Amino acid sequence: MNEYQYWESDAKETASPMDRRRFLQTTGIGIFLFFKIRDVSFFTQEGPGRAAQPNLPSDFNAYLRIGEDGRVACYTGKIEMGQGIVTSLAQMLADELDVHIDNVDMVMGDTDLCPWDRGTFGSLSTRAFGPSLRTAGAEARRVLIAMASEQLKVPVKDLSTEGGAVFDRTNTKTRIAYAALAKGKKIERHLTDPVVVKKPSEFKIMSKPLTRRDAREKVTGKAKYAGDIDLPGMLYAKILRPPAHGAKLIDVDTGEAGKVEGVRVIRDGELVAVLHKYPDVAHSALSKIKAKFDIPPATPLSTVDDRSIYDHLLKVAPAGKVVASGGDLAAGEKESASVLEQTYFNAYVAHAPIEPHTAVVKIEGKRATVWASTQAPFGAREEVAKELGFRTEDVRVITPFVGGGFGGKTAHGQVVEAARLARLSGSPVQVAWTRNEEFFYDTFRPAAVIKIRSGITGKGRISFWNYDVYFAGERGSQQFYEIPNHRTTAYNSSWVGGEETHPFTTGAWRAPGNNSNSFARESQIDIMAATAGIDPVEFRLQHLSDAKMKSVLQTAAEKFGWKPAKSPSGRGLGVALGIDAGTYVASIAEVEVNKGTGDVRVKRVLAVQDMGLVVNPAGATIQMEGCITMGLGYALREGLHFKGGEITDVNFGTYEIPRFSWLPKIETHILDDENSPPQGGGEPAIVTMGAVIANAIYDAVGARVFELPMIPGRVKEAMHKG
Amino acid sequence: MEETVRFKLNGKPASVTVDSDRLLLWVLRTDLGLTGTKYGCGESFCGACTVIVNGEAVRSCQTPVKDVRDKEVVTIEGLAGKGGLHPVQKAFMEHDALQCGYCTPGMIMNAYAFLRKHPKPSAAEIVQGMDDNLCRCGAHNRIIQAIQAASKEMHGGH
Repeated sequence: MNEYQYWESDAKETASPMDRRRFLQTTGIGIFLFFKIRDVSFFTQEGPGRAAQPNLPSDFNAYLRIGEDGRVACYTGKIEMGQGIVTSLAQMLADELDVHIDNVDMVMGDTDLCPWDRGTFGSLSTRAFGPSLRTAGAEARRVLIAMASEQLKVPVKDLSTEGGAVFDRTNTKTRIAYAALAKGKKIERHLTDPVVVKKPSEFKIMSKPLTRRDAREKVTGKAKYAGDIDLPGMLYAKILRPPAHGAKLIDVDTGEAGKVEGVRVIRDGELVAVLHKYPDVAHSALSKIKAKFDIPPATPLSTVDDRSIYDHLLKVAPAGKVVASGGDLAAGEKESASVLEQTYFNAYVAHAPIEPHTAVVKIEGKRATVWASTQAPFGAREEVAKELGFRTEDVRVITPFVGGGFGGKTAHGQVVEAARLARLSGSPVQVAWTRNEEFFYDTFRPAAVIKIRSGITGKGRISFWNYDVYFAGERGSQQFYEIPNHRTTAYNSSWVGGEETHPFTTGAWRAPGNNSNSFARESQIDIMAATAGIDPVEFRLQHLSDAKMKSVLQTAAEKFGWKPAKSPSGRGLGVALGIDAGTYVASIAEVEVNKGTGDVRVKRVLAVQDMGLVVNPAGATIQMEGCITMGLGYALREGLHFKGGEITDVNFGTYEIPRFSWLPKIETHILDDENSPPQGGGEPAIVTMGAVIANAIYDAVGARVFELPMIPGRVKEAMHKG
Repeated sequence: MEETVRFKLNGKPASVTVDSDRLLLWVLRTDLGLTGTKYGCGESFCGACTVIVNGEAVRSCQTPVKDVRDKEVVTIEGLAGKGGLHPVQKAFMEHDALQCGYCTPGMIMNAYAFLRKHPKPSAAEIVQGMDDNLCRCGAHNRIIQAIQAASKEMHGGH
């Protein structure tokens, strides 16, 4: 059975007394509790646009404060982009500290107020940050009780807490509010020893569904995103862009643009920008610029397109690295009654958050303040400091609400552009990418090829599994079935390719690597089940030993009302399994295929997850629904069109994302596993979406689609092949 | 051409003296400081910029400000009345019909205009009425439920 490896941060640790002094100066009176996050991450690889990792302070990287007003504030470098941690993290703290959740403030993503954090990605906030936060809450409660014991002259053993106060259990009228305990105090505690946190049976707030705490601001238009920041004298910048990646500016005439009233034209090397106090005026002035770009001589990269990309990728693939192996492949093959060899493909996919990358930068002397839509404010700070030649601590990045990230906002070229233009213009500058720019400068999910050769014995047992993944990345590549002879090889372990690999930038896209890997693995398992003539749920169960995986699959089959049948049954039902971010997921889908057009309508999707302790069941459910919905996109329609470095999808007219009319009936179930540590919730339920639909299509019409997205033409072609 | 355009904005008289070909979205967001209305695609595909003009949902990214002369414009900031949040806003909160919240103002404004025309819509009608508003986080099914709930509260709909 595969172990999912989490690795501790490999950053060098340094003491940071200066940092702490500054925090205390900024935050004033109160009881402070400093704690360290057990920071785990799949993001050890440096991607383009991500700054080198700064040194971690050794003694804390998050803290909470109980103020004189009795309010509890948690300061963390994590950010809120819709995933709901502004609610779930506050729930944990409120529960451990016995305060009303309305009295908990989350201070997030402000590099001056919050300790360093790697970024918000990898479904890590709840599973990695959460346990530390709970422990800190529990320790703060212990400190408060000790203080109350002194003040009330009541032994600690008789004291308890409720509603933001410590009280004497033997005489409940004797009580003192946290506010009173914090009054005029400046107490600093560091979390060292493990503290006992509450047992699930003691939870009052955790594990109970709670609606979003940021909803009111968001339904009234008051929630501020980076583009909503308006500063006195601020100018909006529109930047001249090349027609294709790799094109070089050779001639530019800004004469007409410069004539527009109030416009400032800035040119610095290849950077040509038009600045105005109104973004739309800057935009129309930009269109008056006449520019000539030189397209460099044709290279394999500049001529590759969305059809030829897979051959190109196989040609440039680096040497493979064995990720997992066991048994003897040749021996396995000898035992096989059937050997199945298939190649799976998937296209580049855009993140396409509805809020494009946006940043505002203000420079005063040798200090800069940045408001940015970013998943990694501390990374953005490094990049701005480098661009401006400032000290890192002289740059402050403030993260307002982020309008969707999905991995795409771990890169933030717009922040550097705004910094550069603020320096050149001497004014505060906002850079807000247009949708066109968003489709051009995104860090796309990489196109990938996966080759699988596998066999089954005459008795329907999987005899061997030889799995080669090119460019998707390792995450999710390891199979979790009982297969005696197996090998998994990754050709390029990350989602970022080498120099001559991709014609534009690629990066982490929600559950990076795992969508591609799960599509291939679960399709191949289905092909084997069909070859063996065994029901696909039964076939999987026969090859599973992991109790959690069996349990999610059995629950899914039961909740769905699955009736065993050999595929293709004509019913249009598919099943797929996956593991991501420590969470186990089983999905079942029902589809209808239009045999004339190849159009696929997904009618029903059911997903079951085991994600350990669930902090906010409402939030976790919503994340599952979001995963399923977003997954419909890459499964059915999303595939970037391009020719070399020219991206021909420039807006949602040709790049279709899921819309209301695509939505199936969605059912989600989370298994009760409150005694296991919390696992990731933001990504797992998306990884099965390609395969579950592909398998359902096969079950409906007996046609196997090997390439994502499964656009109607591709499904129709598969039907003709039979 | 620079000229003064008068209209009613969120129930109050408003006027701007601008090039009247400028788009309503940017005039609202920058000249008038109402940033609740969002830019998402600039070409009418996503609906994040939806506002109400004389009771109809329009895409403010495609509407020159001169087109709203003497008309009544309502943005997300003007939807809540003296009695508090509009039923559509309340229903979005109660049904967790949002995640990142960026498409939310456009969704709510479109739903508001839709419910004026279809006080008691079926789920299928809601899907049709909302289909041109895009959400990337995947709150769709909850948005449909929220609109149904709002219709029920406003009109006793099913």
